[in-house]
Amino acid sequence: MSVDKETVRNIARLARIRVDEDALEPLAKELSTILTFVEQLDAVNTDGVEPQAGGRTMALQQRADEVTAGGYPEKVTGNAPKSEHNFFAVPKVVE
Amino acid sequence: MTEKLESTAKGTIIEGMTGPWELIIGLEVHAQVNSNSKLFSGAATDFGSDPNTQVSLVDAALPGMLPVINEYCVEQAVRTGLGLKAQINKESVFARKNYFYADLPQGYQISQFDKPIVGRGQVIVDLKNGTRRIVGIERLHLEQDAGKSMHDQHPSLTYVDLNRSGVALMEIVSDPDIRSAEEAAAYVEKLRTILVYLGTCDGVMARGSMRADVNVSVRRPGEELGTRAEIKNVNSLRFMRQAIEFEAQRQIDILEDGGSIVQETRLFDASKGETRSMRSKENAHDYRYFPDPDLPPLILDDGMIERIKATLPELPDEKKARFENDYGLSAYDAGVLVADQETAAYYENVASASDPKLAANWIITELFGRLNKSEKTITDSPISAANLGKLVGLIKDNTISGRIAKDVFEIMFNEGGDPEQIVEDKGLKQVTDTGEIEGFADQVIADNPEKVAEYKGGKDKLLGWFVGQLMKASRGKANPQMANELLKKKLDEL
Amino acid sequence: MVDTTLTSLGLVEARDALDKKEISAVELTDAYITAMEKGRGLNTYITETTDLAREGAKRADENLAKGEGKPLEGLPLGIKDLYCTEGVLTTAASHILDGYKPHYESTVSANLWRDGAVMLGKLNLDEFAMGSSNETSFYGTAINPWRRNGDDTPLVAGGSSGGSSAAVAAGLCAAATGTDTGGSIRQPAALTGIVGMKPSYGRCSRWGIVAFASSLDQAGPMTRSVADAALMLRSMAGHDPMDSTSVDIEVPDYTAEVGGSVKGLRVGIPKEYRVDGMPAEVDALWQQGIDWLKDAGAEIVEISLPHTQYALPAYYIVAPAEASSNLARYDGVRYGLREDGKDLIEMYQNTRAAGFGDEVKRRVLIGTYVLSAGYYDAYYRKAQQVRTLIGQDFDTAFESVDTILAPTTPTGAFGVGEKADDPVSMYLNDVFTVPANLAGLPAISVPAGLDSQGLPLGLQLIGKHFDEATLFRAASAIESAAGFTAKPTVWWEG
Ligand SMILES: [Mg+2]
Ligand SMILES: [Zn+2]
Repeated sequence: MSVDKETVRNIARLARIRVDEDALEPLAKELSTILTFVEQLDAVNTDGVEPQAGGRTMALQQRADEVTAGGYPEKVTGNAPKSEHNFFAVPKVVE
Repeated sequence: MTEKLESTAKGTIIEGMTGPWELIIGLEVHAQVNSNSKLFSGAATDFGSDPNTQVSLVDAALPGMLPVINEYCVEQAVRTGLGLKAQINKESVFARKNYFYADLPQGYQISQFDKPIVGRGQVIVDLKNGTRRIVGIERLHLEQDAGKSMHDQHPSLTYVDLNRSGVALMEIVSDPDIRSAEEAAAYVEKLRTILVYLGTCDGVMARGSMRADVNVSVRRPGEELGTRAEIKNVNSLRFMRQAIEFEAQRQIDILEDGGSIVQETRLFDASKGETRSMRSKENAHDYRYFPDPDLPPLILDDGMIERIKATLPELPDEKKARFENDYGLSAYDAGVLVADQETAAYYENVASASDPKLAANWIITELFGRLNKSEKTITDSPISAANLGKLVGLIKDNTISGRIAKDVFEIMFNEGGDPEQIVEDKGLKQVTDTGEIEGFADQVIADNPEKVAEYKGGKDKLLGWFVGQLMKASRGKANPQMANELLKKKLDEL
Repeated sequence: MVDTTLTSLGLVEARDALDKKEISAVELTDAYITAMEKGRGLNTYITETTDLAREGAKRADENLAKGEGKPLEGLPLGIKDLYCTEGVLTTAASHILDGYKPHYESTVSANLWRDGAVMLGKLNLDEFAMGSSNETSFYGTAINPWRRNGDDTPLVAGGSSGGSSAAVAAGLCAAATGTDTGGSIRQPAALTGIVGMKPSYGRCSRWGIVAFASSLDQAGPMTRSVADAALMLRSMAGHDPMDSTSVDIEVPDYTAEVGGSVKGLRVGIPKEYRVDGMPAEVDALWQQGIDWLKDAGAEIVEISLPHTQYALPAYYIVAPAEASSNLARYDGVRYGLREDGKDLIEMYQNTRAAGFGDEVKRRVLIGTYVLSAGYYDAYYRKAQQVRTLIGQDFDTAFESVDTILAPTTPTGAFGVGEKADDPVSMYLNDVFTVPANLAGLPAISVPAGLDSQGLPLGLQLIGKHFDEATLFRAASAIESAAGFTAKPTVWWEG
């Protein structure tokens, strides 16, 4: 399937990546090439085949309900581009 | 019991300008699991801590961090599922729900999508009019809570605190079986009672331990379901009622004007008492759920489920039925007494030491009233169950009258102490000696010749007045029934 | 001057010389620090940590003097800059992680330091490990020390672990870590004439390694010999309770396998790997490998892996899908680059537009698309089903063979920029390596010969789940039969 400009605009918005207007068309072409390539899979009969989700079956390991982390707000916010009073700070969100 | 148990709802009908409307409500309740640490990290879950102090490297979604599930949270979800009489899914899958928000550090919420840990169950809702309704539970799944954004701390910035980020939530999704704001509140109240009984959630709505997303739609009675609006994150029962009522009217107004309802997410503005759309053009959500590749499927074994089943407490519905059957209580009284486990246990202690029905009355009217007045709960009641049991016992075996019992109760509440001792010390024992009561009767008759004349003249009602005088003379200690009988006999014989 | 008598020693040889006190760890590290300086033109290191290295070497000498040398004591390693290293800039070769210094150490690198290894620095890679040539790095392309005969065109060192492969091949570290999502260890190893091992999925912890595609990513060693790989993997591997996909099984002594007999070993030759347009010399080398193993007593078995041709398209759905979600956390809020915008959404969009390079954006967009509403089943679910079939192909094959032999790559190293404009032709580099990732199987690439232009080519062995031991045995048989001793001519020290 080939994707059009509008589709690229939509997925770029979903992925929160700014794409300039004049880049939409070339990107649509590139993505279409890749999609055409992966659509070879249409030829495979997968009726009744269970999808394999992870890196193959293993049991989910669990941990005890103990507090083993936290208490270091400076560490948590220390790499932030902007933080105040141990909060992360972002442009104001109006709800 | 003989009360009605209804699964098909006869809804509240709202009369519109153009005919009747039926209100359809489904609830998604988020209940915080009562765990020490988070669902996928070892950070603490306490309420009200300093910003970002309960945040692990996993919760802050630092590069390369991986989730490891908290076994206690899994157990609590299973326990809750069992309490909701639900199907437990032995294989469930964690999925990522992808969206961007400042308080969602991973850029996705780990939740469960097509394979939740708990499947269909039910909640029986007790309504004010005495009927009970079954509300179907579609599913319960485990998921992470988000952090908290604060928009009012700075003129141009939003502050983000991740203390809640990653806290374990159970999302409990009901069928659209609810038909009024009242029922919705009763459902949440009942769900809360069950969770608290199970000990899986503290149920404190004021702290956000329980929040509801409310799906509201209206339809003409008997027709197909209408388009619904989802009101997000309603955090009190009062707001929930207001939000539902406002939203129902809003939808009816639109439909009656010939408009149509948009499926959307709305916000309840408590200050204005209205719901409003969260439509922001950029926010057309497409969550792109897919199985979280960091977490293999969660497999439960029968042994684990059985072990949890064996530790389930008696649940409110069963306890209520037992109170009605074993103690002969009314459905209403039984319902009040099982609303929380502490009250129910207190009641059973009092009842076993005295008379079950009398015990229920004393707890519901006297004790609750007094506790309310002094802003205390049953767990810090100054009167122990054992002592209240003794007090009720004293009434039951006629040692004291109900009137005297209230005085003793007041002393016990204010100063503590054993009722038998108080009655003894203050000489409050009921007088049941016929001779003694006759003495009081003779005196009352002798002191009030005019009243006697009136009585003899046909004013039978004065008997009560004479009894009151006798009780006063005996300082309340005379057995009222005996006083009544003796006075009547003496007056009639005059 | 670089003391090549020191920098030409492999891990096992150097460890031996250190034990015998023929050399000191400080001497060894200093020789590499000189080589790194002289080799900066190869652009292999993003960050050099020479001070840390010298401290580590001093400590190693002290331990060795006390006779307390651990398995990797004093061995100088380069770390792919996808591994988080405490207090040391960690970039994933992306602009978006500008200035990021983790407060934590990845489990695998921590295991290496626990066993005495010394860190020389952080090695270049394709941005977020997305690429097959190291050309997508924000820090520029790592250059292959090898050149075509009589031609000084700069060649790629493969990818994504191109900095690792070039550094090991050029003697700028004794060995390096890599990660392999679709061939990112084996392909660059083959293109630079070194050994690269991708262990079974779950063998090495992923904790603290920047995630690309979580269900495929595996850490592994890149070394100058099979024995070195065996020694290094032993330290890297092991169960990690902080990674839910890490496997709790024993790590065998792999070094004991090196040089072991392959008599009677059943080696599968998959007929589907004879792809159209494969150069004759690659085919010839494959035949050579078959003959070497046959001569060593192995039994050669023709096998079929019928879904081989679908591995690459399945991979280019699964990997971008997971990546689109894994990379959502790079949003300018908690670390790394932030580009301001008028509101939160613009800030995200600007940050991610400026911070990610073209290939990363392409994959994030493809991944977003294949997971989005209406496309999930057609792409993502379909790819996961094909993945099941590919796994079943291997299961069937491993009923009749112990290991599978195939070329590592369809061609030798290519020129910088030669394939950069055509993503799909670049993707074809991984045609032989991707199936093992999809199936979670261990695989190793061994240098086996030179092509007609004088560039190295590798042979690949794929093994059963968690049977790395057999791979080390078979790989060392090829290694000794091939007698690959060619070294690139040193041209970069100018
Ligand atoms: Mg929901
Ligand atoms: Zn939820």
